[in-house]
Amino acid sequence: MRILVVEDDAEAAAYVVKGLTESGHSVDLAVDGYDGLERAKRASFDVMIIDRMLPELDGLSIITSLRGAGNNTPVLVLSALSEVSDRVEGLSAGGDDYLVKPFALSELLARLSALTRRGSLASRLNVADLEMDLLSRTVTRAGRPIDLLPREFRLLEYLMRHAGQVLTRTMLLEKVWDSHVDPQTNVIDVHVGRLRQKIDRGFATPLLHTVRGAGYCLRAV
Amino acid sequence: MLRLLRTNALRLAAVYFALFAVSVLALLGFVYFSFAGFVERQTEAIIRAEIRGLADQYEQGGLGGLIDTIHARVSGQQVRATLYLVTDERLEPLAGNLTGWPRAESLRPGWIKFPVEARDGRTSETDTALASVFVLSGGYRLLVGRDLSDAEAFRARMNQTLVWAGWLTFALGITGAVVMTRNMLRRVDTLNRTSERIIRGELSQRVPLNGSGDEFDQLAANFNAMLDRIEQLLTGMRHVTDNIAHDLRTPLARMRARMEVALLERPTATRYVKTLRDTIHDADHLLATFNALLSIATVEAGARRDPLVAIDLAKIARSMAELYEPVAEEKGLTLTVSSDAAVSVRGNLHLLSQAIANLLDNAIKYTPSGGVTLSVRRDRAAARLEVADSGPGIPPDQREAVFNRFVRLEASRSMPGNGLGLSLVRAVAKLHSGDVWLEDNNPGLKAVLSLPASDERALAREAAMPERPVAKARRLSG
Repeated sequence: MRILVVEDDAEAAAYVVKGLTESGHSVDLAVDGYDGLERAKRASFDVMIIDRMLPELDGLSIITSLRGAGNNTPVLVLSALSEVSDRVEGLSAGGDDYLVKPFALSELLARLSALTRRGSLASRLNVADLEMDLLSRTVTRAGRPIDLLPREFRLLEYLMRHAGQVLTRTMLLEKVWDSHVDPQTNVIDVHVGRLRQKIDRGFATPLLHTVRGAGYCLRAV
Repeated sequence: MLRLLRTNALRLAAVYFALFAVSVLALLGFVYFSFAGFVERQTEAIIRAEIRGLADQYEQGGLGGLIDTIHARVSGQQVRATLYLVTDERLEPLAGNLTGWPRAESLRPGWIKFPVEARDGRTSETDTALASVFVLSGGYRLLVGRDLSDAEAFRARMNQTLVWAGWLTFALGITGAVVMTRNMLRRVDTLNRTSERIIRGELSQRVPLNGSGDEFDQLAANFNAMLDRIEQLLTGMRHVTDNIAHDLRTPLARMRARMEVALLERPTATRYVKTLRDTIHDADHLLATFNALLSIATVEAGARRDPLVAIDLAKIARSMAELYEPVAEEKGLTLTVSSDAAVSVRGNLHLLSQAIANLLDNAIKYTPSGGVTLSVRRDRAAARLEVADSGPGIPPDQREAVFNRFVRLEASRSMPGNGLGLSLVRAVAKLHSGDVWLEDNNPGLKAVLSLPASDERALAREAAMPERPVAKARRLSG
């Protein structure tokens, strides 16, 4: 992917650029707000990572101005501000996701890939022999019906929409539970474990995988 | 007294004195002018009445009648108070107690003032007399006057009194100003001296109250309350600093040791990768601890920008219970929720969720078997959320201590956790003007979070708003 990073802090920028480059992405770096806006206008990117606090022109203004000009490239906002109202502000300015510093590289990568591959709008989702019908709200694997609780259904739906991508625990908590609490314990692991029991038990190939040090991934192989 | 001159209080004293003097002088002036005028008007009225009476006598009894009446009047008075004189057209005296027409005085009708010989026989001196002249038919002139020495004596007496009153005013004003200022100054001084001692480091100093409950007493009481709060914060801060130093040093030392050992050993890629992984893991823990500390500090400072909105505590509790239910089940515990339909509070959704999560997390973590009950009730003006467990509980004397940062009881040292969970709950409770405490659950422990309940209708209104409450409230306040 071609990624634009707008970040004024040299060390943070080096960390992000290195991490993204190592993961096989091509990265453009802008170190202040105007530079960032110029680059974003000149070239086309798959995704942009914009720091909220920037010299000259702040991150949210860049996003507002890009959106105003009809540029709909997905944007991930980086910020040290962690309050819920800060997130709301970031997202209502036109950001697509919001990540609070300091963050783990795995978290950043997971969020970027979730941003660039939006879930489909289809009413049926498939991953290998696992099928979900969003209208009748039923799930089957190899034709066998699987009974899910409402929350498990939402969890599986999110995993299926982002099949093949790594989803972190924080992302699951945010998107499935709509919550930003720090659950202290492995709450998400337990929920995923339950879901795994229901969809993988008794089948030769597991679909729901744990990605060490990162999160979970639903994939066929 | 010298100090008094230096102080700002001098201005106050001067103002007090000036106000006092001006009001007293105005009062005296008013008294003086009304009395002096009164005496004068009284004298004139008497003279006018006499002349009218005598003129009537002349009309009815002729000159003879007038002269008889005047003789009678003159001989009737013991002290010469009223002066009479009747003359013919050539000013020859016909009757009266004046020897002749006063020299150089007007002959025409009207008021005249002239000297007369003093009535008590002091021949060298004269008194002043005020008189009115009346011309009778036939060319006769009638003069009626009053000796003014009484009036003047009265006036002199009054002037003297006023001068004394003036001095008295001055003396009283100065004394009053000094006493008042000194009194005020003394009380401000007490405050100042106490503050100075506190600045020098005697933090336990307090301002004495005099029990009158007046503004100075209130100021002193507030000052003391402020000092108590500061002392409490300082103690808390010291405690936290000590604990941070202690609790963060251990993982840092562990990280350092691990990396040092890795450098000493034969360098292999797998070995390095493992060391780095472990180090990142530890660093994540440290970061989480710092984040938790930061959240507590932010909440305690009350500096959060998220406004408090009407929300349903029961709904938050149910969704948190749903989040934790599988965790309880995995441990073989039952998690039961019971709540009123809706319990409205003014609060911050995220913080309250986090507080409930922390309470549930603790309850599940420290309960080996049995169950955890989460209940939300409206208890008169309070919303009462309880998390009760069937675990070993906490001895009563330690139930308050566990709310302090990093405090972990011996029994729980082996459990994962940073000892900050309850501190955050306490901070969140305080931010919402509520409180949290621990009770005995016989057996087990019961954590009670009590928040001021808000109007149920507020909840309905807030829920009916089309926009996100957070964004909406921000716009209104901004």
